[in-house]
Amino acid sequence: MSEMPLLQVKNLHTSFFTDAGEVKAVNGISYNLDAGKVLGIVGESGSGKSVSAYSIMRILTDTGRVTGGEVLFKGENILNYTPQQMQKFRGSRISIIFQDPMTCLNPTFSIGSQLREAIRIHTDRNKEQIQARAVEMLQLVGVNEPERRLRQYPHELSGGMRQRVMIAMALACEPDILIADEPTTALDVTIQAQILELMQSLQKKLGMAIIMITHDLGVIADMCDEIIVMYGGKVCERGTADEIFYNPRHEYTKGLIRSIPRISEKHEKLVPIAGSPVDLLNLPKGCAFAARCDHAMKICLEQPPEEIRVNDFHIAACWNNVRRMMEDGQLEVKDGEEV
Amino acid sequence: MSEYNPNVPPKKKPFSLQLDVAKFEPATDEEKAQQDVMRESTTFFRDGMRKLFRNPLAVGSMIVLIVILVTIIIAPLIVPYSYSNMITVNGKRDKSAKNLPPFTYSKLEQQAIDNGEKIFPHIFGTDELCRDYFIRVIYGARVSLAVGFFASLIVLFIGLLYGSIAGYAGGKTDLVMMRIVDIIYSLPDTLMVILLSVVLDQLLGQRLQNTVLASIGPNMLSMFAVFGLLYWVGMARLVRGQILTIKNNEYVLAARAMGAKRSRIIRKHILPNCMGVIIISTALQIPSAIFTESFLSFIGLGVQAPMPSLGSLANSARAALQAYPYKMVFPAVGICLIVLSFNLLGDGLRDAFDPKLRK
Amino acid sequence: MDITERKRKERQLIVHTVVSLAIFAAGWLFLPILTEKILLGVVLVLIAGALYFSNNTGRYVCKRVLLALLTVFIISAITFFAMNAIPGGPFSKEKAPSAAVQAVLEERFHLNEPVGKQFILYLEGLMQGNFGVSTKTGREISTTIFDSFSISAQLGGYAALLAVVLGVLFGSIAALNRAKAADRIIIFFTTLFVAVPSFIMATLLLLVFCLQLNWFPIFSADNQSYVLPVVALMLSPMSYITRLTKTSMLDVLGQDYIRTARAKGVSQWLVIFKHALRNALIPVITYVGPMTAYILTGSMVVESVFTTGGLGTKFVQGITNRDYPMIMGTTIFLATLMVTATLLSDLVYKLVDPRIDFD
Repeated sequence: MSEMPLLQVKNLHTSFFTDAGEVKAVNGISYNLDAGKVLGIVGESGSGKSVSAYSIMRILTDTGRVTGGEVLFKGENILNYTPQQMQKFRGSRISIIFQDPMTCLNPTFSIGSQLREAIRIHTDRNKEQIQARAVEMLQLVGVNEPERRLRQYPHELSGGMRQRVMIAMALACEPDILIADEPTTALDVTIQAQILELMQSLQKKLGMAIIMITHDLGVIADMCDEIIVMYGGKVCERGTADEIFYNPRHEYTKGLIRSIPRISEKHEKLVPIAGSPVDLLNLPKGCAFAARCDHAMKICLEQPPEEIRVNDFHIAACWNNVRRMMEDGQLEVKDGEEV
Repeated sequence: MSEYNPNVPPKKKPFSLQLDVAKFEPATDEEKAQQDVMRESTTFFRDGMRKLFRNPLAVGSMIVLIVILVTIIIAPLIVPYSYSNMITVNGKRDKSAKNLPPFTYSKLEQQAIDNGEKIFPHIFGTDELCRDYFIRVIYGARVSLAVGFFASLIVLFIGLLYGSIAGYAGGKTDLVMMRIVDIIYSLPDTLMVILLSVVLDQLLGQRLQNTVLASIGPNMLSMFAVFGLLYWVGMARLVRGQILTIKNNEYVLAARAMGAKRSRIIRKHILPNCMGVIIISTALQIPSAIFTESFLSFIGLGVQAPMPSLGSLANSARAALQAYPYKMVFPAVGICLIVLSFNLLGDGLRDAFDPKLRK
Repeated sequence: MDITERKRKERQLIVHTVVSLAIFAAGWLFLPILTEKILLGVVLVLIAGALYFSNNTGRYVCKRVLLALLTVFIISAITFFAMNAIPGGPFSKEKAPSAAVQAVLEERFHLNEPVGKQFILYLEGLMQGNFGVSTKTGREISTTIFDSFSISAQLGGYAALLAVVLGVLFGSIAALNRAKAADRIIIFFTTLFVAVPSFIMATLLLLVFCLQLNWFPIFSADNQSYVLPVVALMLSPMSYITRLTKTSMLDVLGQDYIRTARAKGVSQWLVIFKHALRNALIPVITYVGPMTAYILTGSMVVESVFTTGGLGTKFVQGITNRDYPMIMGTTIFLATLMVTATLLSDLVYKLVDPRIDFD
């Protein structure tokens, strides 16, 4: 262990308390993020990837609550921050951009007023400096005619433009971490590529760490240093991008990879993952993915799998790995014996 | 790439568990299926009804309305008094039965009771013209509810027809029809009601005598006329909006592609889908009509005497407010209870059936 | 904007200017009976027409103002012709209370002229603030209206102000404390108040606070306590605004841009009062028009209950006395106020919410 990581998430639990009962959205996830690195979090809708990010920012809705775990930023647990400390922290140390730029900007304020507000909250610049910074930020994210754009209202801008404005707003105070919550999902495919490229180049230029949340493995393939695959609010597998892609050790990850269209291999059928996502109101006692898994075993239905280190770059939570290890003789188990 | 640093240990050591090799056999589909907890599937209607009956306010107001309805239907069959005539004792008009407090008897009645006769109690007392007040309140509630109900029906009928034509026709027809609606919509409705009531009262007053409509009175007729002329525009807008939204849905397109007739599309696809919103809006129209009726009664443009309505009863009670405050209380509570129940029921229906509010 | 479109617009501008000037000239030549004020009105419309081409906002404003003018015209026409249809109405020669009034009526309404001409003359009078003469008192109606309106305007003004301020306040409190005690108490009372007609509310307030508790003196010329009439007028619109604000506040607080603001590090207080309230107030602005109408009509009954001597009282007196010119004048005056209020609230709405497409 060389240095303390920038962000440590330890055993995070988040639930929503609705009329129908407790919806367990995040059920104990842990990961580290080093300064300047890009971490991808992949999973389908309802896997808890966005909720885990909102938990870190503490911007959950009224019904949502972090029920356990720690979030350490430079060693300090930000879950213990007072609301005032948290206010100063949000937007200045960690920023976030959201999925749908159409609805994420306040329709009744101009772009400039919203961008300047983000700068004004966290710095003590004067009016001219704030304006100059706003213009500079818009230029940085590739918005043309920044002075004119600042006077415009969100509905006058295209989706791609708005997402650029969101990025400008998020980066205005030079945060250490940028959380991008499905930043390209709501955009046209051509715009998606532009925004991803922009984020990559900004990351190189400004050197912040990025947590990239997406349901599309393909989107983040060549962008991330490390990838976490989530299902049912838990980590299925985490490791370097190469490990996840070329050596997946969880059935769900394998399913995800099979469902990415490829040009290279001809005649290969795209294989969807059968079934529907797990019901977070009634989590099964075993592995959340077991019901949809082709290789599910009896134990998968009864006991949740533990996170097991596959190699130095890779951790997975799947009983099939244990089975494989037993078959390989790395692990000898007799009936009922404690290992 | 830097060395992967797994410095977040898994929460337990991996194999500090009891492991059973037998369990590492593939699970069967049945076993997997048990895991897949399915929520029970319900129809839109049944789900809405379940929600409605779970809402205590909506259920409460339904009960109140049913009690009121049953009372106003049954009470006149039981209470032996008439809303329009003086109380009589043994065929004689009882002039001493003026402004009696609740559950008391006049001198004549007291004598009759002393003689062993049975006399039905005056539950709410009597009014200044020696009429039983309970039966008047009951008839007042009948009139008010009937006014609300019929006015809503008129609004529903015209609005539905106009709105669906405009919405379904679209194009220039729609444009012209909606311009007319815009103009009518911008007229101040209450003022127009007053104006037309004044006029129709004079115009119809003479001609109505000795006809069936005489007991309703020109004011009520003019109110219905005004509802028919002015209030339907809200409903027309609503229906048109609904139809425009539904018309552009894929399933309507699909039906059209399969060659369904226009009438079939309207009947099978469009009407059922906008029914919920229309019913809610009609339910909420009833209290608004009752409000208008009581308002008109207050400024002297209400039902024709001696026919009572809750509004006119409350209005005439104002004259002797200090001496007989309870005369104000009965019709006032009646109006508030009816309006409140309809409002709450409407809110409950909206919460239960409006798809937009669904989570 | 590309060049062809600019050219097209320029050509359009020229054509419309020419047409407008032609109408203006035609009006000048063929309608000599028009007074200066009508001409002023035409000029205003022309200015509006010119604005029509400059930008979307101006165009919308012009359209909206024209619609308002049209509405006032239609209301005047309905009022005039409806009253004209009454046998023994204001314009018949047989039924005047006195010879003097008869003479004034003859002169004022040019009863020997055809109806159409009479209407134009009546309109002309209206433009000059001449509403005719009361058949009951023989006084100028304009004097009565303007004298009594100062009282109504004060009552209504206070009521409207309090309704908006308190409504927004309570609505925000209820939204921010959803499902807590404060929310439940506020919603309980507002649901109740919405269901109570204003004349019953006024009567109850009078009964309890004036007659029973003696907290407030009865309204009279030297004892002008506005508290009770204002409260009676205000409660219902306040309750409505409370519910409106709560609903839209909850809606807005669930929007993505509120999450964005929180994520930027905006304080909770600023998020609510800057980002949320501004959006949540948009429905409230649209309610200002209907609220003015509600308060003006409500003031008829509330003022009658408290006998304030305001315009409402005079109007109800006019109806009771079948004082037709008074009813006409007041109706047109009140309707114009309501239309103006709706116009203003619509315009403010469009200016506050930049998303609205002005076409």
